[in-house]
Amino acid sequence: MSESIDSNTMKYKLINLYQQNRASILEGLPENMNRYRDAAIRDFDRMGIPEKGEEKYKYTDLMWAFGKTYGYAFKAHTINVDSSTLFQCAVPDLDTHTLILENGWFYERNNEHAALPKEIVACSIREASVTHAELFAKHYNQQAQEHPESVSVFNTAFAQDGMFLYIPDGFVMGKPIQIINLLRGNNPLLVNQRNLIVAGKNSQAKVIVCDHTLSHQNFLSNTVTEVFVDEQAVFDYYNIQNQHNQSSQVASLYIYQKKGSNTLTNTLTLHGGFVRNNVFVKLAEEHAEAHVYGLSLIDGKQHVDNYTFIDHAVPNCLSNEMYKNILDDDATGAFNGRILVRKDAQKTRAYQSNKNICLTPTARFFTKPQLEIYADDVKCSHGATVGQINEEAQFYLQSRGIGGREARMMLMYAFAYEVIRNIRVPVLVERYGELVERRLRGELSRCEGCFVHCN
Amino acid sequence: MDGKEILKGINLEVKPGEVHAIMGPNGSGKSTLSAVLAGNGRFTVTDGEATFNGKNLLEMAPEDRAREGLFLSFQYPVEIPGVSMVNFMKTAVNEHRKYQGLEPMSAGDFLKMLRDKKQVVEIDDRLTSRSVNEGFSGGEKKKNEIFQMAMLEPKLSILDETDSGLDIDALRIVANGVNKLKNANNATIVITHYQRLLDYIVPDVVHILYNGLIVKTGGKELALELEAKGYDWIKEAVKV
Repeated sequence: MSESIDSNTMKYKLINLYQQNRASILEGLPENMNRYRDAAIRDFDRMGIPEKGEEKYKYTDLMWAFGKTYGYAFKAHTINVDSSTLFQCAVPDLDTHTLILENGWFYERNNEHAALPKEIVACSIREASVTHAELFAKHYNQQAQEHPESVSVFNTAFAQDGMFLYIPDGFVMGKPIQIINLLRGNNPLLVNQRNLIVAGKNSQAKVIVCDHTLSHQNFLSNTVTEVFVDEQAVFDYYNIQNQHNQSSQVASLYIYQKKGSNTLTNTLTLHGGFVRNNVFVKLAEEHAEAHVYGLSLIDGKQHVDNYTFIDHAVPNCLSNEMYKNILDDDATGAFNGRILVRKDAQKTRAYQSNKNICLTPTARFFTKPQLEIYADDVKCSHGATVGQINEEAQFYLQSRGIGGREARMMLMYAFAYEVIRNIRVPVLVERYGELVERRLRGELSRCEGCFVHCN
Repeated sequence: MDGKEILKGINLEVKPGEVHAIMGPNGSGKSTLSAVLAGNGRFTVTDGEATFNGKNLLEMAPEDRAREGLFLSFQYPVEIPGVSMVNFMKTAVNEHRKYQGLEPMSAGDFLKMLRDKKQVVEIDDRLTSRSVNEGFSGGEKKKNEIFQMAMLEPKLSILDETDSGLDIDALRIVANGVNKLKNANNATIVITHYQRLLDYIVPDVVHILYNGLIVKTGGKELALELEAKGYDWIKEAVKV
């Protein structure tokens, strides 16, 4: 895996891979999924793999993730093990409907025990494209197409499976739905998981997505998730990223909001060698509200890059964004927060905050707010800081007899808590708190909860 | 500090049961003295020694000084969003207990202690359920300092300009709290610019600090003399 390859060569390798395997990629999938593929691969050809330094990838080298040799699976494998026996979530005592996807595939057998209310549709995206053809066709690839990103079009060209979730109009989910994405295998693997979530009018649901690796291979998960949130719906999306530190994760989340809808997204990055998150939120109709949060706690040589784009397309919407990062050792990170307030989007309220702590002189963080405001009656604010632990506060705690290490821990936790406290599942606030504390203390293993004990 | 010499000659002996006042004009080094004794890393001691409970204070980490029984009431208490008062105090009390070889306090005992000590400074229940000093008024912050002092039961308390920014009612409450905590085994150093606080906390000894030196030591009447004459006569006297 020590080959050195430039992004252009890699692009041709990947396009070639598509051409060679086109028949198997398309096989067994309906037209409403396949019809986007050829155009997507042409877009990929046009866009290439963005090089480090390009506008949206100023501080992130995608080749760290894409420049390796991976295997691909264009067919579902016959699984012989029930995934739920391999893995227990590191978030204990969380009462959820649990769904498990393995290497991006949704296996019916893994999910017989989710006990979801009968009104909810939760199935493989392959299945949904046939059984819910109309709904699927209406929403699939619509948002990704509006923001053509190299990583997304690559996903569109190759995507084989993923999660489909439909919450019908007026339905209120009692418990959160937890989706556990597991990566495992004996060979390196690139997974293009594709998810589609539709939250009907006036519905309410909370989704918790946990990303894990169960074996030590190089993995690249390049996921695209499109979420359509209809009028007055309330939708929460929590993503806990905890893959091993040789793996790469590119997660693109698209959210489209109708009138009066309210969403909250929270991305928590604990482990993972290379993580790039794209969050696109379009406030397409009035009085929609989006809360976009992110927290990463990284060390070693981890790299985490969060890119967000909030599109205020119409008047009277609110967006509230807060990203925080704590970096130890040689970890690096970046935040790029674009907010677009379109010409007629009067009375927009858009707030953005990005705060970062570098614990060592070798940890590096780059932050770039990007506000484009074309309306004149708006309230917008942004703030970005990169700093160290507040020494005055640390001394204050120490002066009360609290040890230096413990004092730093309390301050880091407090820093992180500002993001955590916004979680709208009370029990999850506590569990997040515990996860964060264990991560900060270096006690949280990425393999925690796994029965395989591969190391 | 930053290559600047602030304290030049301090000779001070405080015995159990005593209250000492250190007075002086702005910039004389009062707050620096308290910061150095508490172990603030921003200052370096180039010469001299400080002994506390027979131990070399200056060699100890700030947390160990606290665990030995030193307490500093900050002139400007720090706001720490996200750290709750209850968690802060529970951690501090248990770290003190660990140092003394005691088991951590049970939740029930701790909460009872919290309730009892709140009485000392008439502190509001609301304040202890919030983040440390976050959004507290000036008076609330100072009350909170004395509340922490009550919780930790120090042997030596240094009150750094505890009176600054306090209205007369808050000043009375804070001073009463300090007096209630006073006993034959602990001592207090009151650092202040004005004499007013000393009407409430009556000192046994008064020192005048000027330009990094203790230039005069006397009884409580020295404070009154200062109040009447101001600091200029000290400055004049030192020049001669």
